[in-house]
Amino acid sequence: MTLFYVFAAIAVVASLLVIAQRNPIYSVLLLIASFGALSGLYVLLSAPFVAVIQIVVYAGAIMVLFLFVVMLLNAPHEETEADERRHVLLRSGALRFGAVLAFALAAELVWALSQGRDTGAFPGASVASVAAIGRTLFTDYAFPFEVTSILILVALVGAVVLAQRDHPLDRERP
Amino acid sequence: MAVRARGRGALTRFFAAQIVLTLFVFVMLLNSAAIMVWVERKVAALLQQRLGPYLVGPKGLLQPLADVVKLMFKEELRPKAADAFLFGLAPIISATCAFAAFAVVPFGASTTFFGLLDEPLRLQVADVNVAVLVIFAVASMSVYGIVLAGWSSNSKYSLLGGLRASAQMISYELSYGLALASVLLLGNSLSLTDIVGRQAGTWLGFIPRWLVFVQPIGFLIFMTAGVAETNRAPFDFPEAEQELVAGYHTEYSSMSFAMFFLAEYINMVTVSAVATDLFLGGWHGPFLPESFGWIWFLLKVSAILFFYVWMRWTLPRYRYDQLMQFGWKILLPLATVNLLVTAAGVLYFGL
Repeated sequence: MTLFYVFAAIAVVASLLVIAQRNPIYSVLLLIASFGALSGLYVLLSAPFVAVIQIVVYAGAIMVLFLFVVMLLNAPHEETEADERRHVLLRSGALRFGAVLAFALAAELVWALSQGRDTGAFPGASVASVAAIGRTLFTDYAFPFEVTSILILVALVGAVVLAQRDHPLDRERP
Repeated sequence: MAVRARGRGALTRFFAAQIVLTLFVFVMLLNSAAIMVWVERKVAALLQQRLGPYLVGPKGLLQPLADVVKLMFKEELRPKAADAFLFGLAPIISATCAFAAFAVVPFGASTTFFGLLDEPLRLQVADVNVAVLVIFAVASMSVYGIVLAGWSSNSKYSLLGGLRASAQMISYELSYGLALASVLLLGNSLSLTDIVGRQAGTWLGFIPRWLVFVQPIGFLIFMTAGVAETNRAPFDFPEAEQELVAGYHTEYSSMSFAMFFLAEYINMVTVSAVATDLFLGGWHGPFLPESFGWIWFLLKVSAILFFYVWMRWTLPRYRYDQLMQFGWKILLPLATVNLLVTAAGVLYFGL
């Protein structure tokens, strides 16, 4: 139980510091620390496979790309917005949308936590065995699994299209 | 749980043995790095018809010690514009990841040390049932040491070295992972101990049941990707002297530099040890009883390490775009096909 509080504290503090940091490189590193703590929590839940995958996929692969982008953009400090002192809901476009989403998330969290009932064990035997996870993913959860992979493919194609320098559609225009 | 049934004395002895084992592995890894430095210089000299180090100690064996002492007395420099915290953190990440990966590598059969212990002790620091993935995870974390070193130095050579290193490691990690996956299919387990266990015995009485005979392409892919992962020649672009001075560790001196150096050699040892466990039958071999299997393990690892050094001083460095092309357009498709063929073999012939 002590270990749970240690990992939970690291995860929460690191996540809070991610948004409190001015330097984006430190934000990325703190997010990695937070992922590491989460991985520790998975080990305590006796799901070592999920723990290691968390490190390989999130901390190892995705965050390296984040770090890459931040380093290449070389943004040393976040730009301080002029309208920082105004109320979040009064700010322009993207910020207001983000604020609305954040409030929605907070509301959902409060609602979910206030339900306070036990959701029961994960269906499909134990999460400790790799074989069990594989079987569950490809039988009971086959549809969501495949849909997720298509979603990722769409995101990939979208990224390629957006990153293309001379877009074929642009070329036809004068 | 079996341990709990024994008396208190046996339990204490078991834990003491575990701690001794952990310290032993740590010290041996440090030593192996020192020995590898000596081997590297001696083999290089041999291949270039020189003598190599021969003044310090017999046959120059104490040369690494002299090097370490020299490094210790050097001044610890830090560029003025460097990010102080990350500049200090980067070599620590590199060295920690190098040591951590070896924790899940088994290097011998269970032994009671000639009856010293009641319970046979596995010659492995931590027996994790997802050991292969742990190695993969630690390898993917070690990129951060190099990237952060490159960025925090605030020097263009370092930054380019760091970027190259991360691009290279990300590219070759995929082939590395796919080569691992085809072994996992054959071993039917994620635990290195299980995979080694499946390689005991022989086919037809004389061919050892090593996976390298079933997975020759997988072995080649693994070794190639391993060289790229450890940033060794002919794939040592992160520190290509002619282009980048010294790459990501240009601005480092004294013991921080030594940490990167240490990490490189320990990573080499780890990759060789993992290759031995996965493809060369680990501690299984003829003529020796099971309890002396670690001698076979050492021999096999040494052979691979020698091959590493030999390759470094024989092959010239590729061009950077060639490296990327090779990784993405040849190695990755090859590894994918290899995985598919292996999967089909397991499915239809039950290999």
